Amino acid sequence: MHKGFFGSIGEGGEPKTSFPSRTPSHLSFSSLGSALNLQATMEVEGQQEMNNVMCLLMDPEGTPLGAPMYLPQNAGPLQLQQIVNKLLNNEEKLPYSFYISDQELVVQLGSYLEKNKVSVEKALRIVYQPQAVFRIRPVNRCSATIAGHAEAVLSVAFSPDGRQLASGSGDTTVRLWDLNTQTPLYTCTGHKNWVLCIAWSPDGKHLVSGSKAGELLCWDPQTGKPSGKQLIGHKKWITGISWEPIHLNAPCRRFVSSSKDGDARIWDVSLRKCVICLSGHTLAVTCVKWGGDGMIYTSSQDCTIKVWETSQGKLIRELKGHGHWVNSLALSTEYVLRTGAFDHIGKQYSSPEEMKQVALERYNKMRGNAPERLVSGSDDFTMILWEPAVSKHPKARLTGHQQLVNHVYFSPDGQWVASASFDKSVKLWNGTTGKFVAAFRGHVGPVYQISWSADSRLLLSGSKDSTLKVWDIRTHKLKQDLPGHADEVFAVDWSPDGEKVASGGRDRVLKLWMG
Amino acid sequence: MPQGDYIELHRKRHGYRHDHFERKRKKEAREVHKRSAFAQKALGIKGKMFAKKRYAEKALMKKTLAMHEESSTRRKVDDEVHEGAVPAYLLDRETTTRAKVLSNTIKQKRKEKAGKWEVPLPKVRPVAEDEMFRVIRSGKRKTKQWKRMVTKATFVGPGFTRKPPKYERFIRPTGLRFTKAHVTHPELKCTFNLEIIGVKKNPNGQMYTSLGVMTKGTIIEVNVSELGLVTPAGKVVWGKYAQVTNNPENDGCINAVLLV
Repeated sequence: MHKGFFGSIGEGGEPKTSFPSRTPSHLSFSSLGSALNLQATMEVEGQQEMNNVMCLLMDPEGTPLGAPMYLPQNAGPLQLQQIVNKLLNNEEKLPYSFYISDQELVVQLGSYLEKNKVSVEKALRIVYQPQAVFRIRPVNRCSATIAGHAEAVLSVAFSPDGRQLASGSGDTTVRLWDLNTQTPLYTCTGHKNWVLCIAWSPDGKHLVSGSKAGELLCWDPQTGKPSGKQLIGHKKWITGISWEPIHLNAPCRRFVSSSKDGDARIWDVSLRKCVICLSGHTLAVTCVKWGGDGMIYTSSQDCTIKVWETSQGKLIRELKGHGHWVNSLALSTEYVLRTGAFDHIGKQYSSPEEMKQVALERYNKMRGNAPERLVSGSDDFTMILWEPAVSKHPKARLTGHQQLVNHVYFSPDGQWVASASFDKSVKLWNGTTGKFVAAFRGHVGPVYQISWSADSRLLLSGSKDSTLKVWDIRTHKLKQDLPGHADEVFAVDWSPDGEKVASGGRDRVLKLWMG
Repeated sequence: MPQGDYIELHRKRHGYRHDHFERKRKKEAREVHKRSAFAQKALGIKGKMFAKKRYAEKALMKKTLAMHEESSTRRKVDDEVHEGAVPAYLLDRETTTRAKVLSNTIKQKRKEKAGKWEVPLPKVRPVAEDEMFRVIRSGKRKTKQWKRMVTKATFVGPGFTRKPPKYERFIRPTGLRFTKAHVTHPELKCTFNLEIIGVKKNPNGQMYTSLGVMTKGTIIEVNVSELGLVTPAGKVVWGKYAQVTNNPENDGCINAVLLV
């Protein structure tokens, strides 16, 4: 026990009065900055009535980093970042954010302690979370309004490398748009009824679209021509499409589609036929996702979620817990699976094997040791957090919405879950525990779809009231309001390179927004 | 034997006339022309009654024809592309049809400045002063007659306080004060119960506007934040004008139609 330090802490009633007479910040910061040898600096400042706090740095999974150490009370997030970088021996200085009992630490330790009256007797546990190295600028202006569709735009999707944009509409066409000139590129006709869903393969080589007539068409994005005949098998409209992750199988061949007729089918684009039919749901299947560990999750209007294995199409688990239709699913690794081998650097890969390797590395890094998490949003106004690989019982139930939850989405780093609901609010929840973090209010109509920026710092929401809003995750406030659409906004997407946002809706135009 | 059976008895005994069936066929063929001539020539009440009966027959005939035309083989459902495309998450939901985004606020501001409005009821019956006010006698001998009581529905704002009773000339009784109006959206055809913000213009005179009297044809401003309307610039609209369409003093409620 270092009596001297205890002595200074014991003047304990005093931290409150000694703050105004604390040493000027420039002195302490420079000394901290130059020498990360904390014990030495503390002894120097011990004389200047610096109070110290015993802290223990922990990573998100709970393993402590180093031994508990004393930190001066004017240490803020910047200093803590330097310490963590040093202790982890990182070559580049990576940014981190710090949380003490689930609250983010944005001020210096001393002010935090004062506000929350935390006892200095025990070691203060500080959890550090790695943040994205790059920072996305918030979009704030509409750079182009491109007309072209003859009916409402129903779905919008950027390709995984962020270079191409496709949209499906009620006029039965899929259109590809040129992002450099912001003009239409190709118009793909062939569907018999509204194009409800589109999905890019993770390597960006195929685009699949599903329509209200139950048929699927595969397009070649470079030429805009169909890659073959229609894939027919479903009897009612297509509600969702999801590709097999590239780290499981490269080049991308298989994808799964869900339909109102109650079954999900796995198709192979090279064989051009349906390989397996996953039937079991009694009512419409609303959403389907292909997980990173090779399992398919389907949610349905019969209030259940089924987990299937992909080689033979057998049912592994059934997740029950909701009281009404399950509208949407989100996986913690979803963003990584969608972008495959591409990331913010924008490197292009030549061979499928290389892509598979890189994608596998990214996936493992994202996942860590924890099992994949699944969140489902339902018409019964709640969401449930599951760990499907571990157990079939819900891990946490996320209540709070006052109307049905239409869309749930994990942030790209898996830290947060955002939910859009018809009660005009977007709520933010902790991605690992399911605890409620913040509610974003501002829309005056039901919120239809949400999308995250690639660095997980900004969230975009599109609503029936024809506006899009960008929310800041750090401050929990509205960052930017994007009005301009003349009618409801049905689909929004943020490009994986973070440069552009595309939105489409009932007014038939596609709007591109830039920072 | 009953009188109608003689013909039958004769037919049984002696058979039909040799040209009976041909004449019958030709007579029936001529019926169509005869009926048409009658329909064209009949006048007055006779003509009307026939026309009514004929119309009912025609409608029934059309229905049966349409029914027969429907083929009994099952075809693939939904061959045609409908209008009003909605994304997959809205397909199974019945959403109430909602108004599109509003007319430009700039245009509205210009119209306001000019004082010209296109309203659903351009002309209303003028209300005379003796119908609008009732004379209240006051004073010790009840001879003073300078006070007036309003007999029509009025709106006073939330912060309204009467003038001292000794000095108030116009009395607005609390029983005739309204705060809410049943406002109908002309395109959606649905009615909302919205709060009144103020009386903009009463066609009977500017004095009535300042008193807040609401008669048929008065333009009032209502609080539409409930409808969730947004202007093209992204601002939320919370007040819009509506025109009163009934006589509130007779009905006990204010019905208005929204001016879009």
